[in-house]
Amino acid sequence: MTFLPKPRVHHPALPKNEIGLTRRDYEGTITTLCAGCGHDSITAAIIQAFWELSIPPHRVAKLSGIGCSSKTPAYFLKEAHGFNGVHGRMPTLVTGANAANGAITYIGVSGDGDSLSIGIGHLSHAIRRNVNLLYVLENNGVYGLTKGQFSASADRGSLSKKGEANTMEAIDGCLLALTLGATFVARSFSGDKGQLVPIIKAGLAHNGFAFVDVISPCVTFNDHEGSTKSYAYTREHNVEIVQADFVPPAAEITTEYEPGGVRNVMLHDGGWVRLRKLAGDYDPTDRDRAYAYIRDRHREGEIVTGLLYISPESRDVHDQNNTVDRALTTLPYEQLCPGGAELEKLQARFR
Amino acid sequence: MDRVNDFAFKIATANGTGSASANGLIMQAIFRMGVPVTGKNVFPSNIQGLPTWYEIRVSRDGYTARTPHFDLMVALNAATYQKDVAEVRPGGYLLYDSTWPLDDTLHRPDVAYLGIPLAEMCNAAFKGVRERILMKNIAYAGALAALLRIDTDVLRGMLKEKFGRKPALMDSNQKAVDLGYEFATKTFDCPLPVHLQAMNETRDSILIDGNTAAALGCVYAGATVAAWYPITPSTSLMDAFSGFCQKFRVDEQGKRRFAILQAEDELAAIGMVVGAGWAGARAFTSTAGPGISLMSEFIGLAYYGEVPAVIFDVQRTGPSTGMPTRTQQGDLMMCAYASHGDTRHICLYPSDPREAFDFAVRAFDLAERFQTPVFVLSDLDIGMNDWVIPKLTWDDTYRPDRGKVLGAEELEHAKSFYRYLDVDGDGIPYRTLPGTHPKGAYFTRGSGHNRFAGYTEDAEEYTEVVDRIDRKIQRASRAVPPPIIKAKAGNTVGLVTVGGCHGACLEAIDLLTKDGIVVDYMRVRGFPFGDEVAGFLEAHDINFVVEQNRDAQLRSLLMLETGVPIEKLASVRHYGGFPMSAHHVITGVKAKLEKAA
Repeated sequence: MTFLPKPRVHHPALPKNEIGLTRRDYEGTITTLCAGCGHDSITAAIIQAFWELSIPPHRVAKLSGIGCSSKTPAYFLKEAHGFNGVHGRMPTLVTGANAANGAITYIGVSGDGDSLSIGIGHLSHAIRRNVNLLYVLENNGVYGLTKGQFSASADRGSLSKKGEANTMEAIDGCLLALTLGATFVARSFSGDKGQLVPIIKAGLAHNGFAFVDVISPCVTFNDHEGSTKSYAYTREHNVEIVQADFVPPAAEITTEYEPGGVRNVMLHDGGWVRLRKLAGDYDPTDRDRAYAYIRDRHREGEIVTGLLYISPESRDVHDQNNTVDRALTTLPYEQLCPGGAELEKLQARFR
Repeated sequence: MDRVNDFAFKIATANGTGSASANGLIMQAIFRMGVPVTGKNVFPSNIQGLPTWYEIRVSRDGYTARTPHFDLMVALNAATYQKDVAEVRPGGYLLYDSTWPLDDTLHRPDVAYLGIPLAEMCNAAFKGVRERILMKNIAYAGALAALLRIDTDVLRGMLKEKFGRKPALMDSNQKAVDLGYEFATKTFDCPLPVHLQAMNETRDSILIDGNTAAALGCVYAGATVAAWYPITPSTSLMDAFSGFCQKFRVDEQGKRRFAILQAEDELAAIGMVVGAGWAGARAFTSTAGPGISLMSEFIGLAYYGEVPAVIFDVQRTGPSTGMPTRTQQGDLMMCAYASHGDTRHICLYPSDPREAFDFAVRAFDLAERFQTPVFVLSDLDIGMNDWVIPKLTWDDTYRPDRGKVLGAEELEHAKSFYRYLDVDGDGIPYRTLPGTHPKGAYFTRGSGHNRFAGYTEDAEEYTEVVDRIDRKIQRASRAVPPPIIKAKAGNTVGLVTVGGCHGACLEAIDLLTKDGIVVDYMRVRGFPFGDEVAGFLEAHDINFVVEQNRDAQLRSLLMLETGVPIEKLASVRHYGGFPMSAHHVITGVKAKLEKAA
């Protein structure tokens, strides 16, 4: 039912962004997810972030795998090309698309089954390559479309709807990303739009793989007492440690460190991420300490959220490959084919 | 009786000892003498120590197929003596290293033994273990030069090209050649009755392997994105592409007009290719059978989502890991219908490096014209062995066929755009690329979709799209390379084959004709089969289908796709991992004809 269009009549008083578009222009078709699904809140945050950044929707490509989360690209940016690929392998599609045309903005939406089970290898290697994309893991700890099996992100001891306890350790996407050398790692909660929108904006502006794990409760299969991915549990246990703000290029920031524990990290395009530390001496540019901190706090029963790590020196896959500045898809054929005379010359090698 | 320019010899060594360069040297020297020559490298899936062979066939008539009979065996691997001695043709020769005595049990009364103390000579002449081992190879090349009358000026010239800038290496190589040459001249009656004589048959030819030629085709086709996972025997294709790109595709600032992605596995490699094709690049992967098995999921998505992709399958011996360094045509069925559900794919079947180059270019045109994955199925023999082929040529007026892609201008003026609508009635809808225009947006998905690219679970909407795709692929039968047909009116026997069996079939036809058996010939070059294919099969009482797999996959495809009854299709197969020889074709054909008679 993802083909239901939304009415396109807009209220004239709707605010417009720098390119004259309203928030409605960033919407997609009507959601077919369950009422109250965390994923729909994330969709709303994505719409808000793109609108605020004034990115032309058609200059975006949105890709996903298979699962409830992977349906959501239909629900935002109707003027963007979408690709609902195969289960777990969206990162490979983005890697290829981005290689072909690195000049547009990529967003990948995935779930915990998609990312941490069937697709964990592809996620890992897209992180290693530092493919330039915003990767949103909509994390509910459960397989919804197949009716309630535990996913790899379900915590040990968390109860299923049927009352069974999960016996295996959870894979924490953020810790995984940190060990693989991710250049941007954040965690948020679908119920906290105020925190999520700036993270998405910073992730979109980041030159490289921006990994954002969003706890997104499944109202149908994993929102009960005893689940560690429910709304109630997440609200109670999440602790924001770094508040991120995205500051667009040409803003007045002149210094890396500001009084009051504010740290500014400059992005590739000249924009800034302004990080406001809320927890002690946490340093979001120190990978090892970030890792240890997240683990320690998890042991205490806390889910730390915010922009957990950002590398100020991120080189994406094109920087590493030393690709020409323009999209490969725009190179004229004459620049690609060496021609008949060269072929004749080359063949001396095969004599 | 002398057999000039018509014989075969085989060199048995252990891999990792440097024999490959000596063998290449011999092969190239014969080529430069203007004599048609074919080399088959029979190597193990191993880095050092296991047996390896190099077979060289010299044929003044230009026959390129492998021959299983050898006039001369250069037996330098004690581990395989027994087997190697047995392969010598009666009246033939065996060259061995007489530093150590040859076991009496290896003696055959109908073979002449040529002992050369290679190790002893090299130990005396060279210092250092590695150099002694390496120079032993060059020394046997020198001995062969005397025995087979390889032009020593040509040899010297080649060493100069190779080591011109390293005089020390040049000197030791020349010294080793001379050691072997002088010993042989002194000791044996040189040349042997089987020997070479310069010809003028290779002047307009090159010596090239199919993987290199295919890679060159990808460069000339304008491919910009390549993704792959290393696998024998396709690795050298991507290595060559990388090399050519470094040469031709780096701009003045040192920036690259290409991207090569070494993926984490084949599932990812094809995913990257599909992503790049979707975004508008000419993209390809190279792999072998095990890779296609893994890629099948994405191939189905590309088929149903209608995304161009080019896949080189350099076939090796299956099933499973099989024999990675042996050749086979075992993926014909798999590639034709790869992936679950109803799928059918365009396949091209080159028979030599020349066609590997041409079909590589064609594959990209077809993939974009028909918006679908296209397979180029070569094999280890075509891909990794050096073939003498006519020089490659290029038509500078060629421009890529990018298919039906709407640009920003067209979208701006278009009333509407629906991705899977059959506007022109040819089964091929228009597509758009990400980033082009707001009106061009659509959703690509592997789930059920209707002609407007909307999600559907409706029977009619679903059927409409898959039926159109079926029409589209069927239409491609007119666009793939047509079969090569050599037929005369009135002939009732047909010989049908595919890919690398071509040379063996042509030779077999000549030999059968001498025996009074006249056959017509058809080599299929593309799938889906065009009407000519069914026409040929129907026109003959019996068609011998020659191929290199156990299950007669080409015959199955012919039956399924043309509806020709099985009685008309007799199978001739050879699938132990070695390339087809005329001997196998003739034996197969004759056995069946005699049985029928």
